[in-house]
Amino acid sequence: MKILVSVKRAIDYNVRIQVAPDGSGVVKNGVKHSMNPFDEIAVEQAIRWKEDGTATEVVAVAIGDDAVAEQLRTALAFGCDRAIHVKTNDEVQPLTAARVFKALAKRESPDMFLMGKQAIDDDANQTGQMTAAKLNWPQATFASKIELADGKADVTREIDTGLETLSVDLPAVVTVDLRLNEPRYLKLPNIMKAKKKPIEALAFDELDVAAATPIETVTTKAPPKRAGGIMVETVDELVAKLKEKSLI
Amino acid sequence: MSDTERDVMTYDVIVVGAGPAGLATAMRLKQNAPDKEVCVLEKASEVGAQSLAGAVIETGPLDTLVPNWREDPPDICVDVTGDEFWMLKKDGATRMPTPPQQNNHGNVVVSLANMMAWLAPKAEELGVEIYPGFSAAEALFDANGAVRGVRTPDMGIARDGTLKGTYEPGIEIHAPITIFAEGCRGHCTKQLIKRFELDTDCDPQTYAIGLKELWKVPPERSQPGLVQHTIGWPLENDIYGGSFIYHLTEDRIALGFVVGLDYADPRFELFEAFQQWKHHPKIRALIEDGEIISAGARALVEGGWQSLPRLEMPGALIVGDAGGTLNVPKIKGIHTAMASGILAADHLCESGAVDGFDAALRASEVGGELKKVRNIRPGFLRGKWAGLANAAWETITGGYSPWTLHNHADWRATEKLAAVENQPTPGQANDWQTSRDLAPRDRLASVYFAQTEHDENQPVHLQILEPDICVSRCTEEYGNPCTRFCPANVYEMVDNDAGEKELHINAANCVHCKTCDIKDPYQIINWVTPEGGSGPNYTNL
Repeated sequence: MKILVSVKRAIDYNVRIQVAPDGSGVVKNGVKHSMNPFDEIAVEQAIRWKEDGTATEVVAVAIGDDAVAEQLRTALAFGCDRAIHVKTNDEVQPLTAARVFKALAKRESPDMFLMGKQAIDDDANQTGQMTAAKLNWPQATFASKIELADGKADVTREIDTGLETLSVDLPAVVTVDLRLNEPRYLKLPNIMKAKKKPIEALAFDELDVAAATPIETVTTKAPPKRAGGIMVETVDELVAKLKEKSLI
Repeated sequence: MSDTERDVMTYDVIVVGAGPAGLATAMRLKQNAPDKEVCVLEKASEVGAQSLAGAVIETGPLDTLVPNWREDPPDICVDVTGDEFWMLKKDGATRMPTPPQQNNHGNVVVSLANMMAWLAPKAEELGVEIYPGFSAAEALFDANGAVRGVRTPDMGIARDGTLKGTYEPGIEIHAPITIFAEGCRGHCTKQLIKRFELDTDCDPQTYAIGLKELWKVPPERSQPGLVQHTIGWPLENDIYGGSFIYHLTEDRIALGFVVGLDYADPRFELFEAFQQWKHHPKIRALIEDGEIISAGARALVEGGWQSLPRLEMPGALIVGDAGGTLNVPKIKGIHTAMASGILAADHLCESGAVDGFDAALRASEVGGELKKVRNIRPGFLRGKWAGLANAAWETITGGYSPWTLHNHADWRATEKLAAVENQPTPGQANDWQTSRDLAPRDRLASVYFAQTEHDENQPVHLQILEPDICVSRCTEEYGNPCTRFCPANVYEMVDNDAGEKELHINAANCVHCKTCDIKDPYQIINWVTPEGGSGPNYTNL
């Protein structure tokens, strides 16, 4: 079984996000980036399948500028066999990503396209679904458990009312949730080896994909600051204040 | 876990720490001998993420390493346009002549975090292999007792010591030569100094703690390139310390407060002193209505010439502030740290061995610079005014005084409560303001701006060697000063279920400044490496 797994370079979860002064977006320069944590879970799952013999080949794919190579190296250090870097310096929106992933799936013919359920930078939660639609493949999103048998994947997903299990035919797009696994710590020798593995670079036109972004960001603003509260001395005063503001 | 099977990797040279000293060493080694395999370990998750300094730098060593660096400078790199030196009182400020050592004409203001992140790819282009997220947990020794490399920390161990599902043993990295460039109070360096008795012929090392914040201020308040320093309020006469205000581009101002860790009163609250200082009318006018962007803290070495340990031992060298090459009167250590790294690399390439490096460093410009100013910092032992007078003398005589003043260990300088109980606390004595309104509210709020992160479920990396002392002798004799000197609120005395006081260690808050390891009056706090990649993630500090 062959698996494609997508990897996104996102601002690290520890970073305190700042809005760029010109409103063009958030400050990315000089800010720590890392692999989107949900993608890390997807990579971990693919590698576990490779280690237990279920998967024969795992290919990591990413879209973005030169810096993205860093996250592909991380995926290689996890144990991915190959990495494909689709290069662009433009912002990549979910629909663009889905078009690229469709082209890559056509090229690579995997049995499964594994992705994080969403990226922690834009929280769009769309790329997996759009990719499935573009490919006309089954999709199973928010996987917390995946079992493979007879050309099918039984995917347990966390939904509002509990757990739901879907059975999808392969090939399929599966997006993973937090509880699927806990990614491993990378071994230093594997990081060293990953530095020397080649990464295949592709351009949008080699994949015959349009880079046009259908959505334009007009401006980005920080939410308004909360005004400071006041301290009240007694319950009566509290009630009076609430009444004054017509809150009770 | 000494019987753990560990992978072994071998290099020609290992450098521990990707700060200015470590990167300079590694780059120079590759420039001198491109065939040498050089590996740099860095405990931060990214290069620069745990580097914190002012920082006004002298660019000499950078010019040596990267001759054309000004064509592609770091993001934050501002030519110094002016120097100001102020004496503060609670409500006023008096401009003083700038001490000659602090004339910064020709220097640049940088962010060390930003500069290291900028320098790392240049090192990689030379073929240096840098591994952020991997610290050196301990040094390794061969059968003859010489350093043979380091071990990286084990990952995936739970707080109680059991192995988690993700357990991954650290590996051994071996090399004929290991360079320790861990910065101030490096924990491997600390063990090595003890093991090889490297400090028998020098004074104890002395330290200060630097607290820093980066602010975005309303337009037209920052005058890019202006370098301001203050002494005085809110510190009392007998506490050595002062502040820096470095004006950057894009309406950013770096604020910092440095306090010598030889202060005597265990009740002194250094984080609070910094916050008080920010509310001084002169400082407040700069940052009011602005926004704090990041914050952090780091100890720095102040011992200088007479506290410099022997910098060589079988199989290893110490460079930069791990040894203590900072020039206190200049308030600069980055150029000397880098120069010591360059010197180490040149020495290794010329002689092929560690022997003679210590003498070479002392005879170098770095040694000369430190020797010349050796008496200035210890002159402040008798207070601010005596210190300033002594500094003037030492400056006029160019350091040719026939004497060398001695340094004393900071932790020994701490007085017991009984000795200070009749004095007002430092805050009362110096008329600190009771209400503050500038961010951050307290130490916990400040830690948020350090973006520090540790997996809570790992062994506590602040080891208390004799926990009984904390709740008995220390409470009585010193009033648990760790709860005050830690800038990240790691130490708290809390009531346990039995209604007794107990020391609670919030290790996840730690910003790796090392103050506790230095200032604890019983020397029972031992800072060890947490899981690789843990700790602060500084942006532009």
